[in-house]
Amino acid sequence: MTQKVRLVHYLNQFFAGIGGEEKADLPPAEREGALGPGIGLKAALGQKGEVVATVICGDGYFNENLAEASKTVVKMIAKHKPDLVVAGPAFNAGRYGVACGAVAKVVLEEIGIPTVSGMFAENPGVDLYRKFAYIVETGNSAASMRQALPKIAKLALKLGRKEEMGPAEAEGYLQRGVRQNIFVAKRGSERALDMLAAKLNKRPFETEYPLPTFDRVEPAPAVEAVKQSKIALVTSGGIVPKGNPDRIESSSATKYGRYNLAGVDDLSAASYETAHGGYDPTYANQDSDRVLPVDVLRQLEAEGEIGQLHSYFYSTTGNGTSVANAAAFAAEIAGELVNEGVHAVILTST
Amino acid sequence: MVKEIERKGLPVVHLCTVVPISLTVGANRIVPTVAIPYPLGDPALGPEKEKELRLKLVKQALQALETPVQEQTVFSRD
Repeated sequence: MTQKVRLVHYLNQFFAGIGGEEKADLPPAEREGALGPGIGLKAALGQKGEVVATVICGDGYFNENLAEASKTVVKMIAKHKPDLVVAGPAFNAGRYGVACGAVAKVVLEEIGIPTVSGMFAENPGVDLYRKFAYIVETGNSAASMRQALPKIAKLALKLGRKEEMGPAEAEGYLQRGVRQNIFVAKRGSERALDMLAAKLNKRPFETEYPLPTFDRVEPAPAVEAVKQSKIALVTSGGIVPKGNPDRIESSSATKYGRYNLAGVDDLSAASYETAHGGYDPTYANQDSDRVLPVDVLRQLEAEGEIGQLHSYFYSTTGNGTSVANAAAFAAEIAGELVNEGVHAVILTST
Repeated sequence: MVKEIERKGLPVVHLCTVVPISLTVGANRIVPTVAIPYPLGDPALGPEKEKELRLKLVKQALQALETPVQEQTVFSRD
């Protein structure tokens, strides 16, 4: 019998069963064998592979200490001499996705072994780290765990046995932006004409080289002097008047709020809180200025260091919120800000 | 969000802790902050020192808004 593929599983504090956001500051830790989703992964691997250890790190800790956490995690992983690493799946959890991707990168660079992960296509971890991992596309929540694990296991076994890996669509991972030379029966000119004919006849065809889409916005010109400028505050950190009057969702937001700051010099615990469900709310609830710095902007306004603080702030929750929704909110917000004579924006994120 | 606001011609400074995410979403002026649950504070410092820290970060943000940039720029914390 061939040897079992050895893998180390990387999990965040939540999927390891240690705790929610209040435990997001957990430094790297390790456990023998499989844990949490690792149990399902183990079942999907069957007799062909095993989860030899699980390395865990809090999402907050990892993201705030990217370099140091990567170093510690890779050491913990290397000890077990695995054939590969499975990280996540992270679904649409942004910080978890970034952590999984960063683990893949450091594992490839330091140990030279591959990583399989699973993420929702909009997870920022995909764009940042697609080159370093084989990322299976998942749904946006852990509800799709059961569909994700067999796909991850399949890729893991293939990579662990060093079998040849085919292109993204065929193997079921998100494109990594890696080009591979292959032999095909038809030469390039024929294939190009086939494609053109299909396009002209409105038949489906698949490009062999998708052009990268860069949706970049040119930096707007700097303001001449903030002393004469009207500055607006916008946040994806979910700061809202106490009680969350607009019922902005704690994740996957479908709306944003616009709140009056007239006469507000300080965001007190009695009047403001966060609606965000993606980070430990303790500190923002004690003092929302920690996320939305109204107090110091009022001070700077009084000192004449800024022209004016715009009398409304805008807020939504950035976790799990679709890019389409966030873009639509921001386009509306920006339109209002321009109409109201705002010159520049401070946007805070958690 | 940063990108859609900037598309309308308003300069935006993004204050955030996870700089790589800010870079992928396309922010052009980025000021790195303290921690995810308290980007502009630090409960360990006590109220006075904490407000000083916040003031420093906000001043840095304002400076970033006054700085012409040609590409994505991370204004390092000093």
